[in-house]
Amino acid sequence: MALMSQETKLALPREAPTTLEAIRLFAERRRSFWVVLSLACLFTAWEIAGRIPISYAFPTFSDTVAAFFEMVGDGTMIRAYFLTLQPLVLGVVISALCGIGIGILMGLSDKAEWLLAPVFIVLQAAPMAALVPLVTFIYGIGLTAKTLAVIMLALPVIVLNSYKAVRHVNPSLVDMCRSFQGSRRQQIFKIIIPDASPVLFAGLRLGVAAGFIGVMLAELLITPTGIGDLITYHRSVANYAHMYAAVASIIAVSTLTLAGLQWFETNILRPEKRRK
Amino acid sequence: MTIQASTAAAQFDPESVTTDDSVVRVEGICKRYGAVEALRGIDLQFERGKLTTLLGPSGCGKTTLLKIIAGLIPATSGQIVINDRVVTGPGPERAFVFQDFALMPWATVLRNVGFGLELKGVAEGERNRIARNYIEQVGLQGFEDKFPHELSGGMRQRVGIARAFAVNADVLLLDEPFSAVDEQNRRKFQEDLLRLVEIERKTFIFVTHSIEEAVYVSDRIVLLSPRPGRLARIIEPRIDRSASPDEIRRDAAYLDVVEDIWQSLRHYAE
Amino acid sequence: MTVFGFRIPMMASLLVWALLWEIVGQLDLIFLIPPMSSIFSAGLGLVQTASWQNATWITVKSFVIGMSLAIAIGVPLGVLMGRFRIIDNICGLWVNMFVSAPLSALVPVLMILFGMGETTIVVTVFLFAVWIIVLDARAGVMQVPQSLIEMARSYGASRGVILRKIILLSALPEILAGIRIGLIRGVKGVVIGQILVAVIGYGELFELYSRSFDMERFWALTIVLFAAAMLLSAIVERAEKRIEYYAGAR
Repeated sequence: MALMSQETKLALPREAPTTLEAIRLFAERRRSFWVVLSLACLFTAWEIAGRIPISYAFPTFSDTVAAFFEMVGDGTMIRAYFLTLQPLVLGVVISALCGIGIGILMGLSDKAEWLLAPVFIVLQAAPMAALVPLVTFIYGIGLTAKTLAVIMLALPVIVLNSYKAVRHVNPSLVDMCRSFQGSRRQQIFKIIIPDASPVLFAGLRLGVAAGFIGVMLAELLITPTGIGDLITYHRSVANYAHMYAAVASIIAVSTLTLAGLQWFETNILRPEKRRK
Repeated sequence: MTIQASTAAAQFDPESVTTDDSVVRVEGICKRYGAVEALRGIDLQFERGKLTTLLGPSGCGKTTLLKIIAGLIPATSGQIVINDRVVTGPGPERAFVFQDFALMPWATVLRNVGFGLELKGVAEGERNRIARNYIEQVGLQGFEDKFPHELSGGMRQRVGIARAFAVNADVLLLDEPFSAVDEQNRRKFQEDLLRLVEIERKTFIFVTHSIEEAVYVSDRIVLLSPRPGRLARIIEPRIDRSASPDEIRRDAAYLDVVEDIWQSLRHYAE
Repeated sequence: MTVFGFRIPMMASLLVWALLWEIVGQLDLIFLIPPMSSIFSAGLGLVQTASWQNATWITVKSFVIGMSLAIAIGVPLGVLMGRFRIIDNICGLWVNMFVSAPLSALVPVLMILFGMGETTIVVTVFLFAVWIIVLDARAGVMQVPQSLIEMARSYGASRGVILRKIILLSALPEILAGIRIGLIRGVKGVVIGQILVAVIGYGELFELYSRSFDMERFWALTIVLFAAAMLLSAIVERAEKRIEYYAGAR
């Protein structure tokens, strides 16, 4: 009897797959289902909160989307991104070149580590934002000042991650290279840098994230240009939907950029991790 | 079981192991890590064409001794003489096989096997030809363009062994090479290793913590005692290798040596 | 680094840099860099002023409230995400997004929603700190070995006991690591919030000193902030070290 009932229980879902069951199966197979669902949850909550409204300065989701397309349509958004991305890209590239160099040097040499590591540990842990206003004293309010703000936030992150990457290279691989009489040069270029490169790249990704914070700080604090200007301007004229659209768009752009970099990292740089 | 070691096991006698054909001589090696004494007064000779195993409980310094012979770790005192020359660092006459394989995850099997030659500046065509030959010898033909993460543990260590053979060194140093390989593959490996010892006239120094593995593959077993690592006994199993592997594993002499070593080591077990 | 057999602690190199700063400052090359010694004397004077004490009180208050909220909400949310797939699937996207999003862009929004006062700063601290706390708590809970939970169940532990005695304790190293990074981010949040709002706490002081080119006080304030951030992280790191022994042995 007990056996019978168990068998019928097992057979039941196969005979009549309910709609709920179908959704559950679909959800298990597709990650995108959850992405869509969680986006929908937040946007619905936003729309409802905007309609109540919880604050006079809280536009609905639909108003924000409309404002976004309006700004894309009249070109202000595109011009703003053109201005914002310049110092960001410039700053990140400079930070990457210097940061990876300094980080690798600190990883390879104990003297460089002793001299430089504490400085960058302090700079990474400390609220660098406090120093951003200083930049304007020397470099005014132009591209240089904004680029410098990006570098101030991105460089310590990249340096420390590159340093950690080199220090955590598989010691067995280095021993292997030594056992085949590899020179120090061969050790660095054939073992240490390739083995560290996934972590180096991860550091670069964190540097880009810090760079986004830096460029937004610079545009809100130093000089109202680009997306920062859109935010400040629409706030001052109480165009809240436009302001929210600008804020949401920069967060979305940064998220997509970082997700893209992460995809590149796991799929191209670490093929051994992908199969898991 | 209280049967003593059979005649197959010779007692430790430094004179009997000194021969003219010794390729590697370990002379008075001591190693300290700060206040910790890892090795004390190790004197050993290793002959060409023979496989010697360093066996002992954990903490006896067997891997440290192997890495000192390899030149990867400096000794505190004493010296390593290879082919009548005192060596202080790694050299072309020695090749090392690592416990964790030490394969470059970003390189194919072919490039991993040829890596020792690549470092020596051997031209690509030549080194690929040599690498392919040894890949075939260890039974990995068809896997040349695969990456390490696409191979099983056993296949990865085959790559490690092919890489060590590819540089054509006189002395092969194997640091617990099969400990990360599953049991079935380990037995196959041990058989393959015996075949390689027979066809390649090289000096093999092998580190393991498995008594059965040591007795099965070794011409000579060096027992080390722990804290600090010292020579305890040297045993020559003298097992008839013409028999099939399965017969050897059931052979009374083989089992007696295993038991004898266990009796020597059992009081070190926790 | 070791010199003549002596190990020189790494942080000692900061003294070298301070000395270099002093020399550059004494040379009077650039008004931005006054000598370290005058910064220190300015700092000593600064901490006695009522304006600094007020600003510190406001800053510490909003930091503590914001951090408490972040921990009180972040840890339970992280634990829930680690235990229940459906919560993880719905919240995971947003947590992962906000943990590295440029939250400085959100501060203007907070300013119009919560006013130009302390509430905005508290919310900024909360938003900067909470996401990493959630993520690390989630990672800690997901790392709890299944065998440990099965062991507790086989001895008859209830769900509540398993949660309190196994899951939370086992995830403690990660939870503390998350809180440490959260604290560092919280300090950045309080500074960014105050600088952007610009009329309260240290933000007001920074604004005042940089407008009046009072570099000694500007740097003194910066050093106080940096030191506070380092001190906070050192304290939590010590707490982490005390439970480190079982992080590796799980």
